[in-house]
Amino acid sequence: MDRSNSRACLNDGGCRMAAITLDELRKEFDETVAVDGVTLSVADGEFLVLVGPSGCGKSTLLRTVAGLETQTDGDLRIDDRLVNDVEPKNRGVAMVFQDYALYPHMSARRNMTFGLGSHGSFSDEEVDRMVEDVAETLGIGDLLSRKPGELSGGEKQRVAMGRALLREPAVFLLDEPLSNLDAKLRDEMRAELTHLHEDIDATTLYVTHDQTEAMTLGDRVAVMNDGDIEQVDTPQQLYDYPASRFVAEFIGSPQMNLFRGTVVRTNDGVRVRNGRFGTVVPDPVPGGDRETFTVGLRPEDLYLADEAGGQSHSDPFEVEVTLSETLGDSLVLHATDGDTTLRVRTNARREVDAGDTIPVVADPARLHLFDPETGEAVYHSGTAGTDAPRPDPVEH
Amino acid sequence: MSVPPERLGTRLRGVLPSLPSRDGLVVHGSLWLTLVVILAPVVLAAIFSTQSTTQVYQITNILPGTQLVENYTTVLFEYNFLQFMTNSLVMTTVVIVGKLSVSLLAATALVYYRFPYQNLVFYVILFTLLMPLPVRIVPLYQLMAEIGWLNTFAGLTSPFIASATAVFLFRQRFRSVPAAVVETARLDGVGPLRFLVYVLIPMSKGMIAGVSAVMFIATWNAYLWPLVVIVERANQVAQVGLRYIQGVGSEGLIEWNLVMAAGVLVLVPPLLVLLVARKYLLSTLASG
Repeated sequence: MDRSNSRACLNDGGCRMAAITLDELRKEFDETVAVDGVTLSVADGEFLVLVGPSGCGKSTLLRTVAGLETQTDGDLRIDDRLVNDVEPKNRGVAMVFQDYALYPHMSARRNMTFGLGSHGSFSDEEVDRMVEDVAETLGIGDLLSRKPGELSGGEKQRVAMGRALLREPAVFLLDEPLSNLDAKLRDEMRAELTHLHEDIDATTLYVTHDQTEAMTLGDRVAVMNDGDIEQVDTPQQLYDYPASRFVAEFIGSPQMNLFRGTVVRTNDGVRVRNGRFGTVVPDPVPGGDRETFTVGLRPEDLYLADEAGGQSHSDPFEVEVTLSETLGDSLVLHATDGDTTLRVRTNARREVDAGDTIPVVADPARLHLFDPETGEAVYHSGTAGTDAPRPDPVEH
Repeated sequence: MSVPPERLGTRLRGVLPSLPSRDGLVVHGSLWLTLVVILAPVVLAAIFSTQSTTQVYQITNILPGTQLVENYTTVLFEYNFLQFMTNSLVMTTVVIVGKLSVSLLAATALVYYRFPYQNLVFYVILFTLLMPLPVRIVPLYQLMAEIGWLNTFAGLTSPFIASATAVFLFRQRFRSVPAAVVETARLDGVGPLRFLVYVLIPMSKGMIAGVSAVMFIATWNAYLWPLVVIVERANQVAQVGLRYIQGVGSEGLIEWNLVMAAGVLVLVPPLLVLLVARKYLLSTLASG
């Protein structure tokens, strides 16, 4: 299939693209602050995912960009044009909603073309050609005469996406578009969305609460919490160098282990300890003369001692397994050393049962330390186990 | 496990086909009784409308008489009932069109736009339900007199045009349209009127038909306001016209056979509307 004739560039006027810039954007509903002064830049053609728990303000942020909500304060620019008070229809955005938002009494074709008028004037033939084009891209050519009631969830979402594509938007806004689909379909659609984005190259803001979607789809991912953005980064950076305890917990499954650690000075260096756990940290201790940290270790960075091989590792410590979960490709052990519960991800074929006591080591190269009060990251051990500086976030 | 009573009935019928239940008898008995109570006056009116005046006054005579054609032609033409019926029909049609237009627009505004004190506006509209026509009739009459609308068609129909009930029903229906659908329209720049015509109305056809049927019957049956506001007999509506026939009489006797004939005639249009709209009416009442 010839994908060079991509949608956003369909009309000979050249590709319409736009960067989105939010400057201290704020949205309040009565007493509630939904978006608390967010500053964010999305580059031309970038796919940026907004992810966060429900109620964190990500949808409100998206809706404010669309113009469905009016910001309480701050500036919003699309393609360097201040659009604070611009009508939704004049912002050059198209939006796809979680529940498809199709008109139930109209055919798929009519659903796509209804309301097209405000996006330019097209002759009937042009519209027909555009619809055929979009329908082919999305594989819904045979469904155009059906009404939403005769379409499956995935088909409905494709029609909704077709409707958005047909508008050749400069900015593509997607509000949890895959959340109503079953797991298998979601996987398929996710891959399709990636291809689609490669084709159309429109600036895309994508809201989801699903970290898998966030990690797989986004050029960059913005993690939102409580109305503000905690961190914007490429997916791998986000995973390897979470800027805060919240991001560390939110990204990654099973969740990162977080526990309190106390600085202990011995003859052979400085260590962070908790119960039987202890690992070397650089001297001087990062973050000033702090005595306690929240220690973060991902489950896959904890090993059964006999699996660590020749790698450098923390002091081995004994933990008692309380629960063993088989995931097929790996085994997740819930273990405790008395005070702290840890999740350890290990080889799927290990025979470990609840009640077993096993020695565990941590990979010191994957250690994260957070300020126990603010939750901010103060230290990520580099890949070599040294205090390697955190790489700069990739600029787009 | 609990089974709803109506489902239980169906289940038991399968198991015990030949045993009439005692509950069944009670239910059917009361249904028949209700039916008789409701139908008897209508049937009697239909019978009386075929009798002569003398026969009507023989209290025990409930057999159909021979004056069917004669009574109905007398009522329709001599007593001008055809004119009254036409007036009623015109009034009802205009009122329904007016009511639908106003309440559909009002409901659209309440759903499509977001403006300050939106709910307050809606509650003020609902509040008018607390003031039915009889309460407002004196000030309303005064108003009509002042603007010179007494004895006019405008005076007759305008007070009926605003309908809190219809606004309420349509608003509820429109609100059940997913917010994302409304927002999609706003993103596309589909204005409220286009949205009403191409989206809301097609999505609410059944509801609109049902509400119209209820409105038709209510307006057709209006009595008090036409009686007050219309002075000219030729402009009067059928419900008041019935009253005129009762007032005519001959030899000191009210011609009940003619009144009954007119009464039967006046029943026909609502009955037709009900027949046509019964499907929608049921779903409207169920959803309202």
